[in-house]
Formats: sequence, C-alpha cells, structure tokens
Amino acid sequence: MSSLLKLDTEGYKALMKRYIETRDEQSLYEIEQASKLFIKNSILPDEIVNMHIQSLKDLYPNLSEDIQYSMNFLLEAMIAYGIAHQEYQQLREKQSELKSEISVAASMQETLLETKKPTIDGLDIGVISVPAHQMNGDYHHFVKGRDGSLGIAIADVIGKGIPAALCMSMIKYAMDSYPEDAMTPKAILANMNRVVERNVDPSMFITMFYAQYLPSDHTLRYASAGHEPGFYYNSSQDTFEELTTKGLVLGVTPDTTYPQYELKIESNDMVILLTDGVTECRDGERFIERQEVLDVIKRYAHLPVQKIVDQTFKYFERLQDFELRDDFTLLILRREV
Amino acid sequence: MNLTINVVDEQPSKSIVYLAGEIDAYTAPDLKEALIPLMRQEDQVVAVDLAEVNYMDSTGLGTFVSALKSSKEYNSKLTLVNIQDRVLRLFQITGLDEIMDIRASIRGGSE
Repeated sequence: MSSLLKLDTEGYKALMKRYIETRDEQSLYEIEQASKLFIKNSILPDEIVNMHIQSLKDLYPNLSEDIQYSMNFLLEAMIAYGIAHQEYQQLREKQSELKSEISVAASMQETLLETKKPTIDGLDIGVISVPAHQMNGDYHHFVKGRDGSLGIAIADVIGKGIPAALCMSMIKYAMDSYPEDAMTPKAILANMNRVVERNVDPSMFITMFYAQYLPSDHTLRYASAGHEPGFYYNSSQDTFEELTTKGLVLGVTPDTTYPQYELKIESNDMVILLTDGVTECRDGERFIERQEVLDVIKRYAHLPVQKIVDQTFKYFERLQDFELRDDFTLLILRREV
Repeated sequence: MNLTINVVDEQPSKSIVYLAGEIDAYTAPDLKEALIPLMRQEDQVVAVDLAEVNYMDSTGLGTFVSALKSSKEYNSKLTLVNIQDRVLRLFQITGLDEIMDIRASIRGGSE
C-alpha cells in the first residue's frame, strides 16, 4: 500500500475520501497510525477537527450549512481537551526534568555529606546507612581531633525526603565550622540546637547523638538530643545496656542544655548507635523490636565490625515482608585491645 | 494506613480531638490541617485523645511540635491524653514529654 499519510489537510482529505468511497479496512488502519503520529507531534484534537472541516468543505462544496455549523460546534467542544493535553505534555516534561534534578541533588548530597571512616589504633568501626527513598535524611559524621579523640555524630531529621536531606547539609556545615577543641558532646549539641532552632521550619526537628571517644583512656563521652538510644555491649558480662540519656530534640526551644555522660570502654566492648529507621522497620504488620536488633548483632558479633553492620542490615532485608519505611543507619564501635 | 480525626467542641473554648489509627507521613498532613487552626485560636484549650492511636512515627511528632509552637504563639493550650505506651516512648526518647502536657486520662485523674 502507499506510504503513510502526510500529516496535513491534503493527506487527511485524501485518506478520508478514499475511505468514504471504498470503506476499506486499510484506510481505517492508516488513520489509526496517523492518529498516533498526531499525538507524537503534539497535534491538538481541535486541529484535527479543523482538518476534517476543511476536507469536508473541499470534498463537498454544497454541504448543508447546518452540518458546517455543527462541525464548528464540535471544534469548540474539542478546545478544552487540546489544552488539557498540552498541559499533560508539559507536566510529563517537567516531571522528567525534576526526576533528573533530584538524582543530581541526591548524588551531590552524597558527596557533601561524605564522611571518611577513620582508622584509629585499637578501635574497629563499622557503619551502614541506607536511605528509604532517593535522598537520605540520616546523617553520620566522624571527626578526628588533634588530641587523638574521635568525634562521632549520628542524626536523623524528622521529616523525610528532600527537605530532610537539605536540612542535613546545613547540619554538616554547622558542625564543620566548630573549632575542634570545643567539641565536647554537650557543647556541640547546645550549639546545634541554636542553629536548628533559628533556621528550620517549626514542624521539622533533628535528633542527634554525639559521642567522643578518647583512645588514651578508653572513655566514651556522650550526649543526646532526643535521639533513639544506643547500646553499650559489655563484653565481660555478655550483656547489652541501653545508653539512657536525657535531652530534648534539636530545634524546639532555643536554650536547651544537654547533660553529658561518660562510659569506660573495656576490651571487646561495643558501642552501638542507630537511627529510628532501624526500629521502624516492619516485617509486614509487625515492628522489629529493639531486642531483635541486638539478637542479630550478637549473632554476628564474632565478625569484624563492618561485617556486623552489613550482615545485620542484610538479615532484616531478607525478611519476607520487609519494608524500609525510614532511612536506616547503624554504627558500631568496638575496642580491640 | 488510615487516621480518623474527630473534633468535638465540648465548650466554646475547649475542643477534644479524637484520633484513631496511625500517624505517619501520609496521615500527618491531615492531622496538621485539623490541629493547627485550633491552636491558633486565642485561649483555646485543646485535648488530643490518642487512646486509639497504635502507631506514630517521627512525622507525627513533628506535627505535635508545630502545634506546641503555635500554642505558645497564640496562648492556647495543648494537652495529649490517653497515650499508649509505644507512642509515649517516642515522646520520652525525644525529651518532648518534659515540655508537653501529656496525661494518662482526659479528666485529669477524676475517673
């Protein structure tokens, strides 16, 4: 058969004429194909009706006026569809633009928030952080002080997705701007609280746990701003204890102070820090309980610490109806010698 | 999951907001829409009854924090009553239980 219809009034008219004369299936097939091309080329429904009107007039110069009026009427009726279609096309383009912008933002965020797991003699460190969606609202950060101490921050923005992720970049820069010597956990949290309170939307706030490990005397100092409590694993007794703390989340009231706690870490003891994404995991309708997390950690406790956190995540991921509702961050320190 | 929100005006300046279901990222916006306008009424006393709320995530906490902030701004009063343990734990961890009025019973223990 002849090549595809040209997408103009002449082509439309020719095909319509052929159909009216022969009423063959082929003509119908061709107009169906043409219709797909119309869509592809953003030809609007009212333009098609207009082609139809022109073709009718050319083919039937004596067409009754009533029919012509009715066609004009149809033309008007199609206009809103045309506009809706155009809007839909624009939305589709916008959406794909946004999608690619978000993925650029996500990878930028990853670079911005990147923190290097430090090497410290006598300390094994493992961390895993998995975002529930494209961007991560959890944050963890290591800072090595000149005095040999290690600062560890783990934080969670309340709220998910992009606003939460943007908020985290602010936290990171605020943290970077503190002089190292002033990095006691309680001072950092008090400072961060002021930054967050001044800069963040009222429905958003941040929980943060800040710990400082002093390898010289194997002491852990820590303070918490409403963060999901971590655990201390006492190796000699083979028990887990919750790191109970007081302290309000960041960003609610401007003058919050944070009590600081201290803990002696013995050989093979572990400190386990996490975000509530770990305990908000679901296995179908069931929540994963904190005790269950500890049981899993204990199961892998003989492994290097990075393996423990990786295997723990994998364990939950393998649960049949596992659903990651929130960003998941698990960080473990173990004193080696 | 769903959240049903039922606002009962006990007196002209006293409302009870009955919630049932789950407060999470999907339902929190509805709660916010119901709660914030109440908090913005000068001297309004608002009790939120959480007896039928079995799950709340951090987004829900965020909603109550912004309600608390509004209450300070507009001199209204926010009280959370009949909280279940699992939900209460969230308020305790975040230290919010120390700055919010959280009670076990809506009638202040007279029952």
